Amino acid sequence: MRRSTVIFIAALAVFVAVITVMAGAGMISTSFVKTLGMTLCLCLAAVAMDLVWGYAGILSLGHMAFFALGGYMIGMWLMYARTEAIVIEALSGQPLPATPEEIRQGIGNQIFGVIGTSDIPWVWGFAHSLPLQLLLVVLVPGVLAGLFAWLAFRSRVTGVYLSILTQAGTLALALHLFQNDSGLRGNNGLSGLQNLPGVSASQDATSLWLFWASALALAAGYLLAAWVVGGKFGSVIRAIRDDEQRVRFLGYPVEGFKLFVFTLTAVIAAIAGALYYPQAGIINPAEMMPIASIYLAVWVAIGGRGRLYGAVIGAAVVSLLSSWFTGGRAPSIPLGFYTIDWVDWWQVLLGLVFVLVTLLAPRGIGGLFK
Amino acid sequence: MMRFLLLALVLALPAHAQDAAAVLDTYRDQVERPSRTTIAPVIEALATSGDPAAATVLAAWADRRLAVMDDGTFVIMDGDALSDLAGQPVEGEAQPLRPNAGVRGLIASALVPFQLTDPDPAARGAARDAIARNPAPEHLPAIRGALARAADPSLSRLERLLTLRFDPDPAARVAAIESFGADQSMDLRAALNPLLATTRVATLGPPEGNVAREIPVSELGREGAYDLLVSAGLAPARLTRDAAQAALVANIADGQVAGIAVASLNTQAARDDAYSALEAAGTVPPAATEDEVDAALDSATFADVYAEPNADVTDAARAALNGIATRVGAMQAADLALDALSLASIYFLAAIGLAITFGVMRVINMAHGEFIMMGAYTGYAVQQVVPDYTLSLVVALPLAFLVTFAAGVALERLVIRHLYKRPLETLLATFGVSIMLQQLAKNIFGTQARPLTAPDWLSGSLVINDLVQVSMIRVAIFVLALLFLGLYLFIMRRTRLGLEVRAVQQNPTMAASMGISPGRINMLAFGLGSGIAGIAGVAIGLFAQVTSELGQQYIVQSFMTVVVGGVGSIFGTLAGAALIGFLQKGIEWLNPSNTLAAQTYMILFIIIFIQFRPRGIIALKGRAAGD
Repeated sequence: MRRSTVIFIAALAVFVAVITVMAGAGMISTSFVKTLGMTLCLCLAAVAMDLVWGYAGILSLGHMAFFALGGYMIGMWLMYARTEAIVIEALSGQPLPATPEEIRQGIGNQIFGVIGTSDIPWVWGFAHSLPLQLLLVVLVPGVLAGLFAWLAFRSRVTGVYLSILTQAGTLALALHLFQNDSGLRGNNGLSGLQNLPGVSASQDATSLWLFWASALALAAGYLLAAWVVGGKFGSVIRAIRDDEQRVRFLGYPVEGFKLFVFTLTAVIAAIAGALYYPQAGIINPAEMMPIASIYLAVWVAIGGRGRLYGAVIGAAVVSLLSSWFTGGRAPSIPLGFYTIDWVDWWQVLLGLVFVLVTLLAPRGIGGLFK
Repeated sequence: MMRFLLLALVLALPAHAQDAAAVLDTYRDQVERPSRTTIAPVIEALATSGDPAAATVLAAWADRRLAVMDDGTFVIMDGDALSDLAGQPVEGEAQPLRPNAGVRGLIASALVPFQLTDPDPAARGAARDAIARNPAPEHLPAIRGALARAADPSLSRLERLLTLRFDPDPAARVAAIESFGADQSMDLRAALNPLLATTRVATLGPPEGNVAREIPVSELGREGAYDLLVSAGLAPARLTRDAAQAALVANIADGQVAGIAVASLNTQAARDDAYSALEAAGTVPPAATEDEVDAALDSATFADVYAEPNADVTDAARAALNGIATRVGAMQAADLALDALSLASIYFLAAIGLAITFGVMRVINMAHGEFIMMGAYTGYAVQQVVPDYTLSLVVALPLAFLVTFAAGVALERLVIRHLYKRPLETLLATFGVSIMLQQLAKNIFGTQARPLTAPDWLSGSLVINDLVQVSMIRVAIFVLALLFLGLYLFIMRRTRLGLEVRAVQQNPTMAASMGISPGRINMLAFGLGSGIAGIAGVAIGLFAQVTSELGQQYIVQSFMTVVVGGVGSIFGTLAGAALIGFLQKGIEWLNPSNTLAAQTYMILFIIIFIQFRPRGIIALKGRAAGD
């Protein structure tokens, strides 16, 4: 195992321990624990992005769509199971015990009343079962990514064309989910996801659990990615990044390698999303608009491509800074004639930093460690 | 007593023997304190009195200019001047009558027949419109009377429209329907449609009346058909789920219903069993069984029956409407094609700048959409300074070009120049520029949408008929798109700059050794593409809302247009824009309620399309294809 991997895992373990102690002592708020947990999930998505872009050279502008899809899949179970409990509770006051049809009807009314129907769409067919829905967290983004990648790679769509195509595909998916008849509540999205069904523990406790789960997932994802890029496989995908034609002529099935990396990273992103949204509490199709995926690429680029820890640093630093600046907590800078209010100017600064990093420091922040 | 007799005598007299004053006198009470419910006979008597002044009196009354003098004489006020009903001036004091809005509405409709013969064409037109809005059988004699006096084509058309609905003679109605021939206007359809109104009936014998068609039970479904029978009173209502549940709840005793534990009633089958048990015990009335339902459905007939009793009329109306539907379909197809054409022009306009920067130079500029946005905001800013909309447009178009040309040159010099060898990083760097520009626009112009108002001559529509019309802005965008196509072809094929751009694109080293400066050419070409985006922004701003996100709405479609069309070929871009525009409108037409779905399916189509033509519709071959 490489030294950087060991250092990273150790640092993550220390970080988790410190946060756990501080949260236990009441030194940091529940919402901050959630923010940190969500940041860890974003870091995991960034690791996936680094794997597909930094190592395999495929600039996907759609990985946040898989992230959001993972969130949707787990969100369906969270919402269904919680609503089911509420409906059963409400119906238990009636003189006759509720029939399964009545319970279904009640759930349909609760969840889909907001889009003017009470029928449960077919896509919710597995929502009653946690194991099935967990399987879908992996399967839906995996199959979708595999299908897309197979179509795109076999017709030799590469480079910026592929980026545009992933962006268009992401836009199509987001627009599809914005419709009410997509079956996922249109632009209302899914909400109330922070309440874990069947768990009576307080938000303080559950947020810490989800934080641990996110840290665990990040550690596992990082180790997996490090293992994948460490061996011969890693050498091949780096070669594909550097000169695809030459690798093809050497006899490697380039399309197969790319397909595998694309699908694997989509699944990692989906798992990150499935952990992120229970902490965020709400998901809607705006989360998967192409802009989110472009930001993911921005984080990885600022952190440093081709280094897994670079991606993690980029995602953590930029997303935490973003929420600090746009949250209105950053102090304004009075210039006398004009006051720079960071809520308005953070995006400008970010854009500028991004241009400068691309131009002057293509290795990103992670490059400084080298 | 004497007076009462006299009143009776007056009432009995034929109406035309009276003059307006006498009528008003007769109904003095109702006239002075009118109410909507009692005034109708008075208006009727006045309108049919035959007095030439009747129309004037009615009009004055509706205008609240009819007044009563102290001695009870009715007079008409005109400002301060008074005149009697025949128009002779009189002296004295008078109190005007104040009929309420309902009464005035009734008077106004009584006035319509008079207005039809008004010497003033505008008044005649207003009367025609009033009838067309609210046709009634009473209007028919008035229109025919007016027609008998003077021929008037639009009045004759109105007469036929009323004839086909209200004439008592079916033959006349059929003739009126057929007289319209190939006419397909809205008012004709509005007149014909009520003739074909049907009601769905259930009968035990054969259905009566003008039957449109009989409906098999399979089409209605068992539930629906039986509900019809129930609402026609031909069958007893079935037991609903709620009623059955209420019956069960009412019969709970000691935690049991008919000997079945309540706790086990958690499925519908168990509840049905419990209800059957109650039935057997005689506690609840028996519900209709499936066999009874079948028997009732077998013996009944279901049909749609026209409200119009005469079959000839409905046949003629249906034939006319079918003919209209065919022609309307053709018109709608034409309208859809025009819509698609204008959408294609918009995409082409948004993409033509990209055809240079992306298509020729292979630079992927994510800030292209923001250049469109900058152009639109330039137009808005110019309108703040130059109030005349036409003049401001004339100023804004070149200014938008200059602003975005400068921005493009700056972007090329400062950023893109360093990244020609790293195309993916160009994408990211220009994305950084894009979010900067968006946020700057937000900081400067605010988040709310800014209007870019089109001059009057652009705000109307080009109306071809009831169904086919195009707004002038879309025509202008089409023309602009054509102009730019011509401009692009001219620059790229007929000028030195175009020659050098093509040379640098094909082989920069060779071009450089021929004395062309690749840096300068790249800068100029990039500026040109950006400048065209700025002009497109002004055009798009005229019909869309100008916000900082304006460019985002077009960027994906623009790239798709160029990629689908074939990178590097302007005719490919044209074909791509046409394909995407027509496709999107076509899908919208199949599913009109949902433009989001249209975009989704369009993008999916493009992803699949690229499978078959990875290099686009028009693929460059040979050395020009690059890579």
